[in-house]
Amino acid sequence: MWILQLAWKNLWRNRNRTAITMASIFFAVVLSVLTSSIKTGIFDNLIKNVVSFYSGYIQIHKQGYWDEQILDNSFENSTVLERKLLNDPRITDITPRLESFALASAGNITKGCLVVGIDPQKEDRITRLSTKLIAGKYLQAGHNTALVSEGLLKRLQLQLYDTLVLIGQGYHGATAAGKYVISGVAKFGSPDLNDRLLYLPLGTAQVLFEAPGILTSYVLSIQDPKQVNTISTDAQQLAGKEYEVMSWEQMMPDIKQHIKTDSSNMVVIQLILYLLISFGIFGTLLMMMAERRFELGMLVAIGMRKSKLALLLLSESILTVLAGCLLGILASIPIVWYLQKHPIRITGNAAKAYERFGFEAIFPTSTDSAHFINQGLMVLLIGLVLSLYPLLKVTRLNPVISMKK
Amino acid sequence: MSTVIDAHNISKIYNKENIPVYAINNVHLHINQGEFTALVGPSGSGKTTLLNLIGGLDKPDEGKIEINGIDITAMSPNKLIDFRLRNIGFVFQSFNLIPVLTARENVEFIMQLQGINKTEREARIQTLFRQIGLEDKMDSRPSQLSGGQQQRVAVARALASKPQFVLADEPTANLDTASASNLLDIMALLNKEENITFIFSTHDARVIERARRVITLVDGRITSDTAKVDTHVQH
Repeated sequence: MWILQLAWKNLWRNRNRTAITMASIFFAVVLSVLTSSIKTGIFDNLIKNVVSFYSGYIQIHKQGYWDEQILDNSFENSTVLERKLLNDPRITDITPRLESFALASAGNITKGCLVVGIDPQKEDRITRLSTKLIAGKYLQAGHNTALVSEGLLKRLQLQLYDTLVLIGQGYHGATAAGKYVISGVAKFGSPDLNDRLLYLPLGTAQVLFEAPGILTSYVLSIQDPKQVNTISTDAQQLAGKEYEVMSWEQMMPDIKQHIKTDSSNMVVIQLILYLLISFGIFGTLLMMMAERRFELGMLVAIGMRKSKLALLLLSESILTVLAGCLLGILASIPIVWYLQKHPIRITGNAAKAYERFGFEAIFPTSTDSAHFINQGLMVLLIGLVLSLYPLLKVTRLNPVISMKK
Repeated sequence: MSTVIDAHNISKIYNKENIPVYAINNVHLHINQGEFTALVGPSGSGKTTLLNLIGGLDKPDEGKIEINGIDITAMSPNKLIDFRLRNIGFVFQSFNLIPVLTARENVEFIMQLQGINKTEREARIQTLFRQIGLEDKMDSRPSQLSGGQQQRVAVARALASKPQFVLADEPTANLDTASASNLLDIMALLNKEENITFIFSTHDARVIERARRVITLVDGRITSDTAKVDTHVQH
């Protein structure tokens, strides 16, 4: 106990040294938490953008649909399956879709498009499609209207409330053709989707493709995106072999790979940060050992065992590192929280590049408590490992040499 | 009078592999209980090295040192630290005290290392501070004490462990005349009343004057050993 008291008193002996050490640990934790939290925030946002925008976290199709995405690889709407899936509390919502390709035509202009039949209410709950609307009204079930992407509308040289014609192949080779009033225009970040997406109410799409009660997919939203793979496996068991259940990672492996590559780059950045932190802490430890050389020699000379002296120095290090870490964590909480509410916004050409690929040009933070705990523990560990240096010096300490003027 | 320190033909050699330098050269020395001894000699004569060897801070390259019949040269480093804690008191020229502790805590520190209980510690602190005449400064930090007062606290700390003897390396070097005289008075009194053995290394004529035995070192050898009152020891 008295060693701990002496350690505490020693901390306040050279306030500047203690303050410098604590500050280096404090900033290390803040920077480390911010880096980690921004990294996760960016990826979470990227996934949210991609997943919530169109694919959903999990999709259920007829077995084989993903490899050959044609209308004949579809399945009948099953309220039993929907109910079974919704019984899983981790699945928060399901929306049905009927997707196929068609030619959109207006006057002399024709353009290939992706026709998506949706349940307007359910779809909106999952992908918040209505928020993408830039003109007109959102779709209503049973109406013979279409919601057209901004790029497609321009290419067809049409305007809101104009009529367009869709021609394509329906279910089992039937001819699909229909006329629809453009009730709304939506803008999507992804230029590809913005040039070819067209939404119809589900019933209207089923009529167009002569596929009554037929769906190509169920899109699932889940409570915790981190559990996507477990839920996906469980849903597959629930749905049975005739369906294929796919997570967003399976549907978009390129996004997953992109995140993996970027994560590796971030790990390198964090390692450099840890290295800088280590040098900062080590510098102050070197300074401390040089300043206290005589004193440490004197303590051993008068009879303080080296093990006790090591314990004293270790206690000082632990107190300093712990205080720095705690202050760092406390300070980073409001910063991370603020940056989540007011994310760093990219401007100019970089922003345009992001938006062109369908991503929001922002760097939000993740407020997951794991960032604070993990980074705090990491810096604590670095501090404690570096504290071994004074211990090593103490084991080799020769009081005669230490007390030499 | 019992022998406290018995150094048998000790030598300390530096730069052994090239041109050997004898910091201490074949010194034979007995110190009896209750002696008040000054080690004198020019700078580089080996005073501090001899004190370090006697105090178990360093080991001789030749010969052996016995404290109360125990060979300290054969001890392991940890045993030697424990031995120093229980048998030898140290007073250094400067930076004697732990700056973050009060005078009382500095003295108590040694007893805490020894594992002495609180009641016994408190009683001993009271006695020691009375002996050094600093009862009113017990709760002062070293920075609030004068150099002389700090050295008196250092003497109290050296005595806190009830050592066999006290080694003082130039204890008056940084003190003014009055403070040095006061410190010497206290040490002489403790020597006289409690029969505590003191060994000083010093250049200070005031210390030499008060010492009852003066050992002169030149180039690591004892060139004279004079007992002023009751003893004269030949080497």
